[in-house]
Amino acid sequence: MIYPVIWLLMSSFKPSEQIFQTAGSLIPTDWIWTNYSQGWEGIGGHSFGVFIKNSLVLVVLATIGAVASSALIAFGFARLKFFGSTFWFGVMMVTLMLPHDVTLVPQYIMFSKIGWLNSIKPIVIPAYFGAPFFIFLMIQFIRTIPQELDEAATIDGCGKFRLFYRIILPLIAPALATAAIFSFYWRWEDLINPVLYLNKPSMYPVSMALKMYLDADTLSNWGAMFAMSIVSLVPVVAVFFAFQKHIVEGISTSGLK
Amino acid sequence: MRAAWKNHLTGYAFISPFVIGFLAFILIPAGASLYLSFTSYDLFTTPRWIGLDNYKEMFFQDSKYWQSLKVTLIYVFLGVPLRLAFALLIAMLLNTASKAVGIYRTVYYLPSIIGGSVAVSIMWRNIYGDEGIINLLLNTLGLDSIRWFAEPFAALWMLISLSVWQFGSSMLIFLAGLKNIPNELYEAANVDGAGPVRRFFGITLPMLTPIILFNTILQTIGAFMTFTPAYIISKGEGGPLDGTLLYSLYLFRQGFVYFDMGYASAMAWMMLIIVSIFTAILFATSKFWVHYESKGD
Repeated sequence: MIYPVIWLLMSSFKPSEQIFQTAGSLIPTDWIWTNYSQGWEGIGGHSFGVFIKNSLVLVVLATIGAVASSALIAFGFARLKFFGSTFWFGVMMVTLMLPHDVTLVPQYIMFSKIGWLNSIKPIVIPAYFGAPFFIFLMIQFIRTIPQELDEAATIDGCGKFRLFYRIILPLIAPALATAAIFSFYWRWEDLINPVLYLNKPSMYPVSMALKMYLDADTLSNWGAMFAMSIVSLVPVVAVFFAFQKHIVEGISTSGLK
Repeated sequence: MRAAWKNHLTGYAFISPFVIGFLAFILIPAGASLYLSFTSYDLFTTPRWIGLDNYKEMFFQDSKYWQSLKVTLIYVFLGVPLRLAFALLIAMLLNTASKAVGIYRTVYYLPSIIGGSVAVSIMWRNIYGDEGIINLLLNTLGLDSIRWFAEPFAALWMLISLSVWQFGSSMLIFLAGLKNIPNELYEAANVDGAGPVRRFFGITLPMLTPIILFNTILQTIGAFMTFTPAYIISKGEGGPLDGTLLYSLYLFRQGFVYFDMGYASAMAWMMLIIVSIFTAILFATSKFWVHYESKGD
């Protein structure tokens, strides 16, 4: 199950020319760290730290946007009665199932016409308009909160926004955490959007940097590529360990039935 | 009267990000792509109306289109059931050993959380390499090495096996579902002397059908859109002999390598139609196999 990952990890400590000669034996005969130092020097004149910074900027900006806007929208759907709410809820559920590919080409054309190519705007800004999967997750969560709470607050003269901000938002913290974790994973791993919109190596996120290693390397420097692959997985695994309770809880409490 | 108005407005204020985002990033682009699918457009000159020519080319002339549809269907129909079966198996293992040591669980979670990343595709590329561990394993078993990057079907199998290995997210959803099955059902079955096989087919499977439906739909849509592994493993080409030219990759190449935006749009709309048909079939047949508990018992 986990063997491929261990193989990758161990190979990152082997000298490049030995990786395939000794592919069968897991433990390196001599442990070396030079793959990491070489890999960290980066590629195309940019250190790997630059790529990590780029990824973090993308991930953090997009995640804040997606979680905050989705919470606002979810509250609207779950707690407010207004004309057309069922219709828009239906639209949202259809959007949830819509293949991303359908809008790929026209979005690219649109963003190129307004001059957003080669910037992180096409990747970050749409996140601020809600993500259907997160909205759905949060709606399910809000529905488990007793309505009486809202009524009590309203009687006390609490407006809708304060109700959302002061009462509902703290209560749905687990769902917010789940959404944030998923958003982190998806943005960190995303490849197609950076391929389309980021064309300068100085702007590359980690996923694109790894791809660049793959393109540039003709058999020579496997070790560095493996080492940086491991580095790229570290934040993902760290986030998982830090928040693993939220991941399972968030899914089970969303009541997928 | 004024209060009612205010309520409607407040509602729209809260969902306005979605409404605006839907119009700006989904509806208008989708409409534009429908229009573009009837044109010839290279991004730099104005779109030229060519009627159904893109669709005609797709159906009658472009053998690559059919090839990409074929490998995608194989990928979906082998990959999704295998992945779901695997996910369910692991979820059941984890569920019975629910208080087992953390490390054991982590071993199973790990592929799911790192599965989509470029690093994993790179790793996959290498364990299937000519001198990679898969061939080494075959050799130890007395079998000949397979040249995974030379045989179209072998290369596709590489992608399918990767997709099975990424079972994690469906497994988490199954795990949540398993925890929701009331224990009394199993106790009653035990009293009646039902063995593990009958318990599985009599209780676990029927109780899980709503989640199986949910997982199947999500995974099928996801599988149709698979891009990263095909792009990395074939270095963006879809080779060998278009054996890994998944639909999304071919669409990407038409749109952003050959800059045939009209054709790529037509492909996107065909994909939407195909995926909708699959989803509709799944929903339509669901009443025959999905078991919903009646409310209030």
